[in-house]
Amino acid sequence: MLDVPSAPLLAVEGLHAWYGESHILHGASFEVRAGEVVTLLGRNGAGKTTTLKSIMGIVGQRKGSVRFEGRELIGLSSNAIARGGIAFCPEERGIFASLDVEENLFLPPEVKPGGLKTDSIFTLFPNIKERLRSQGTKLSGGEQQMLAIGRILRTGARLLLLDEPTEGLAPVIIQQIGHTIRTLKEQGFTILLVEQNFRFASTVADRYYVMEHGRIIDAFANSELDANLEKLHEYLGV
Amino acid sequence: MFEIFGIPSNALFSQLLIGLINGSFYALLSLGLAVIFGMLNIINFTHGAQYMMGAFMAFFLLQYAGLSYWWALIVAPVVVGLFGMIIERTMLQWLYKLDHLYGLLLTFGLALIIEGVFRNYFGSSGLPYAMPDSLRGGQNLGFMFLPNYRAWVVVASLVVCLGTWFVIERTRLGAYLRAATENPTLVRAFGINVPRMITLTYGFGVGLAALAGVMAAPIYNVSPQMGSDLIIVVFAVVVIGGMGSIMGAIVTGFGLGVIEGLTKVFFPEASNTVIFVIMAIVLLIRPAGLFGRTA
Ligand SMILES: Nc1ncnc2c1ncn2[C@@H]1O[C@H](COP(=O)(O)OP(=O)(O)O)[C@@H](O)[C@H]1O
Ligand SMILES: [Mg+2]
Repeated sequence: MLDVPSAPLLAVEGLHAWYGESHILHGASFEVRAGEVVTLLGRNGAGKTTTLKSIMGIVGQRKGSVRFEGRELIGLSSNAIARGGIAFCPEERGIFASLDVEENLFLPPEVKPGGLKTDSIFTLFPNIKERLRSQGTKLSGGEQQMLAIGRILRTGARLLLLDEPTEGLAPVIIQQIGHTIRTLKEQGFTILLVEQNFRFASTVADRYYVMEHGRIIDAFANSELDANLEKLHEYLGV
Repeated sequence: MFEIFGIPSNALFSQLLIGLINGSFYALLSLGLAVIFGMLNIINFTHGAQYMMGAFMAFFLLQYAGLSYWWALIVAPVVVGLFGMIIERTMLQWLYKLDHLYGLLLTFGLALIIEGVFRNYFGSSGLPYAMPDSLRGGQNLGFMFLPNYRAWVVVASLVVCLGTWFVIERTRLGAYLRAATENPTLVRAFGINVPRMITLTYGFGVGLAALAGVMAAPIYNVSPQMGSDLIIVVFAVVVIGGMGSIMGAIVTGFGLGVIEGLTKVFFPEASNTVIFVIMAIVLLIRPAGLFGRTA
């Protein structure tokens, strides 16, 4: 692999975050380069979701630095952050019950030119096309996940934040999501993926960060996965 | 002339018409309340005062600017809506995360202040507002006489209500509104300026109240307490229909107007209380309202 040092697309440095009084992130630092799939691993409650929400600007309070394409995001509103070209797929999927599938799919506005065409999204997720008129939350869990990913591909955002997209899904659907992530990577998307399932992560990720108690405590490349297996088991408690 | 259940048909139809007129105002006002509640989570007790401001606005425009009723239909909702947006930006926006009670108290207090100010300057006897010439007169339908202005109010209100319903339930803009009602944080994280949308929604809901006020001006007198008299009934309508349901607000508004009108014919003693009786029954059987979704 070529290792051309380039400015990271996303650089997080000394990130702190709070929900009300509770201090959740304690100076997390990591970076994601353009075109990479980077996975954030860690036990339940480590602060992975909070990290993604902090990047998006939807936690109570945050400090430190989050730079995207060299621009500081701390202090921006979450709508401004999204307009900059970052899209978020939340852990709970966030499908809207009062919208049908089509409305859910077209809800996120285009923020940059060059998003996926609707047809390409239907090619990735044929199930969605069959169910356009259904109420969003009537879809199965797997279909809702596909809709949650599909709707952010249209927007032209080049950095996708995916929070545990395989959680609670059947193996075939997990495979389909893995296939999707690899396809998106080929098309040049940059992805920051949160996972607890590192077996799945190993099928898509270039690099890993491990998070514990709101800090990044380790980092390695996919090629170093085997050498780090024992440590990983310890970190994740599996 | 013929009779229905021993009632002269003329009396029946004219009460039905009055019911429809009242229903038009109930529907417009409860629709505004439902739109505001859906987005802001605030029970807008200032609604009656804003309706009154719409009527006064029409009066001022005619009196001091020579602008006709037709201008008032556009200008008054915009001006009163802007006034509402200032209230939202400066006061209401700090209350969204708190209990409903705070919004209710603030908007109720504002209503008292606004009414007090108007009463101070204009007294409480009421000012006349002339009907536009083009809507004077009426049609003899054979079984009853239909005043043109009243027909216009019913039709205009229906069009505005159904138009609002269409925008909210069937368009992209409406999808943003519905989604932001459900999960404003996520909609914002998609790049939509939700706070601005909330401000505009409040302005729109208030504008609907002002529009109703303009339409009411030629029928009732323009007076400072015209809103507080009406709004109590409208809140009962909203409770019956269920907070936050758009179609519910419209159907219940017209429906209860008609029921009230019919009660006047068949059982006049109960005509002032029938809506509250229905409200009590609905609260016992379906606390979320006829069209409300239980959370
Ligand atoms: N809205 C919230 N309010 C208060 N504490 C929260 C909230 N969301 C998460 N937390 C706490 O923050 C910590 C990190 O949570 P989270 O980022 O969701 O972890 P992960 O995604 O790694 O499982 C946990 O201890 C959790 O209880
Ligand atoms: Mg999580």
